Amino acid sequence: MLEDLTGKLETVLKKIRGQGKITENNIDESLREIRRVLFDADVNYKVVSKFISDVKERSLGQNVLNSITPGQLIVKIINDELIKLMGSEKSEIKFSDRIPSVIMLVGLQGSGKTTFSAKLAKYLKSKGKNPLLAACDIYRPAAIEQLKILGKQISIPVYANEKEKNALKISEEAVQFAKQNARDTLIIDTAGRLAIDEEMMNEVSALKKALKPEEILFVVDSMTGQDAVNTAQAFHDRLDFDGIVLTKLDGDTRGGAALSIKAVVNVPIKFSGIGEKLDAIEQFHPDRMASRILGMGDIVSFVEKAQSEFDLSQSSKLEEKLRRNKFDYNDFLSYLNQIKKMGSLSGLISMIPGAGKILKNQEIDDKVLVKIESVIQSMTKKERENPHIINGMRRRRIADGSGNTIQHVNRVIKQFEDMQKMIRQFSRDQGRGLMKKMKIPAGMMKDFKI
Amino acid sequence: MSLLDKLGFKKLKQGLNKTKENIFGQVNRLINARGVIDDEFLAELEEILISSDIGADTSEILIENIKSRVQKDKYLDRNELNTLINDEIRKVLINSVSGFSTFDFRIDKKPYVIMIVGVNGVGKTTSIGKLAYNFKKAGKSVLIGSADTFRAAANDQLEIWANRAGVEIIQSTKTSDPASVAFDTVNSAIAKGTDTVIIDTAGRLHNKSHLMEELKKIKRVMQKLIPEAPHEIFIVIDATTGQNGLNQAKEFSNALGGLTGIILTKLDGTAKGGIVLKINHEMKLPVRFVGVGEQIDDLQLFESESFVEALFEK
Repeated sequence: MLEDLTGKLETVLKKIRGQGKITENNIDESLREIRRVLFDADVNYKVVSKFISDVKERSLGQNVLNSITPGQLIVKIINDELIKLMGSEKSEIKFSDRIPSVIMLVGLQGSGKTTFSAKLAKYLKSKGKNPLLAACDIYRPAAIEQLKILGKQISIPVYANEKEKNALKISEEAVQFAKQNARDTLIIDTAGRLAIDEEMMNEVSALKKALKPEEILFVVDSMTGQDAVNTAQAFHDRLDFDGIVLTKLDGDTRGGAALSIKAVVNVPIKFSGIGEKLDAIEQFHPDRMASRILGMGDIVSFVEKAQSEFDLSQSSKLEEKLRRNKFDYNDFLSYLNQIKKMGSLSGLISMIPGAGKILKNQEIDDKVLVKIESVIQSMTKKERENPHIINGMRRRRIADGSGNTIQHVNRVIKQFEDMQKMIRQFSRDQGRGLMKKMKIPAGMMKDFKI
Repeated sequence: MSLLDKLGFKKLKQGLNKTKENIFGQVNRLINARGVIDDEFLAELEEILISSDIGADTSEILIENIKSRVQKDKYLDRNELNTLINDEIRKVLINSVSGFSTFDFRIDKKPYVIMIVGVNGVGKTTSIGKLAYNFKKAGKSVLIGSADTFRAAANDQLEIWANRAGVEIIQSTKTSDPASVAFDTVNSAIAKGTDTVIIDTAGRLHNKSHLMEELKKIKRVMQKLIPEAPHEIFIVIDATTGQNGLNQAKEFSNALGGLTGIILTKLDGTAKGGIVLKINHEMKLPVRFVGVGEQIDDLQLFESESFVEALFEK
């Protein structure tokens, strides 16, 4: 996410850092480059202009010229301003005592409303809510069917009425259905619409008026360009929405639209969609995102993710093995499973400070883990427990059995041996921190670019 | 007579540039208001350019060109200044842009296989419905292959479009692999003697290598039946897309060994799709069709001049 922007800003900032002192001239030059970086990232023209002038004003106002570490100061100022631009803290969905609380999703066609409504339902269910989805997109062919299928996948009921051609009626029926069936939260999936489509905007205004949603979320594609602010503004004028959802953030977009929309309508970004799976939803953390843009990485998210997904009993078992220096392929396999549970590798790596820059054009393929697994799974029980017995013939058999080349099997074995070495190192160093042990061996990514 | 004449596409919607002011109008107004080219003038021009999503570098080139032309040529009055600027805009945005000429389908190949790719939510399925409708109208038989086996109800959506267009469709079953659907579709078209095959694929982000591998496989299996298939690979790009559109085009092109055109969708909104100029500039990839609405006949041929005019309408 936003890695390109991070990379480019880093280059620019390096220039400032490289120079002993900041003069008005080199501030101007650097700011010009930052401005360009922000344009390339799709940040809105007006937002960029204001951002740049704020940064400049603050830089000069603070007597940067005589500062001992001008680079750090500028980074801090840019960081502060970016956070200011994106809102300084995360914000939650609003609920009321009313049954059901209504959440309505709105946005342009193809922004990802239907997928996101299912993700949100699943997310809220995990937080103890009892959601109901309502299929109110009566226009797009098969949109209702799509929501019904998604509902089934996450075991959350979907209210639909294919015969009804009035979105308002369907939504009102859904409210009744929720009341009768003790669903405390109703998520309304609406049709995608253009902000300039008067008729369609009237429809969604009518929905708002009748349902009085606790929360209206504007769903926007993170790849959106300069038009993002116009659309967001137009929807906001009509609906006064409460939050923004940024979808498809698992792509390589720089996502400047996020900054722009936030700056223009001044509504918090509440969630981001970060993958194809229905649990690929994340609370949006503006402060962390700002750090990320500046290449400081999102280490907080990384640790949180690690803590919530990493099985502690498993890892203490692993720790025990490590201490006794008995690490075999079964352990390797369970270690891989632990990593896999934490989500996509690329997602994890992108949270590590500096990784974005190092791995800029290097792709992390999540299938790497599956490939390694397939090799281990083709080993016999004896081989897994006694790694040293794996000779050439056995390697050949493992390769055939797992559908891999022998070179690939060799790489996995090499990797395993490296890991054993690393573990020995660990036991010597007494490095017992959980985070340290999870460290993915350097070179694993490189070696397994398949 | 070319197939396109028979297809009966409308030219870029008249309504699009009816009441709005295009770039030439805006520049004219700017000149009348300011009279001279100063920093403020250039800043306003820059805003007009950047806001169209044509990208910072293209905007920079254009502004530098105008600056140096003004220094070199001078100008007598507002009229001359206006002409000079219009000239430069045309040079950079319209004339130097290659491959924008309208394109004709070679229909000597039968079946003529078209593969549609793009990121999620850009309008692939809808565009296929519209394309199929136009081919059908031109008297060509069409078979659609539903190789989006991932998105829930994608096949239902495509089937509705196929019915609207009055063309046949090969459906995927729940368990089927997208490549096998594509294979079956082409196979069936060969057997039936169908003129055109259109293969729908699941939306995918271009940085997901396993999904791009899947796309390669779809292409590969079709080539088992027809070595030169697909004859066309169109990438669908949403007009609201910003600078990321270039990455999309590049990555899909890399994975598939080249693309043959862009379908630019959702041009009926406020976004103008300026990114396609940059894509065209860097990749020589032409825009072939534009989507201007949700109706089945809302697909039009791309036309560069009116596109550029519409690009800067306010």
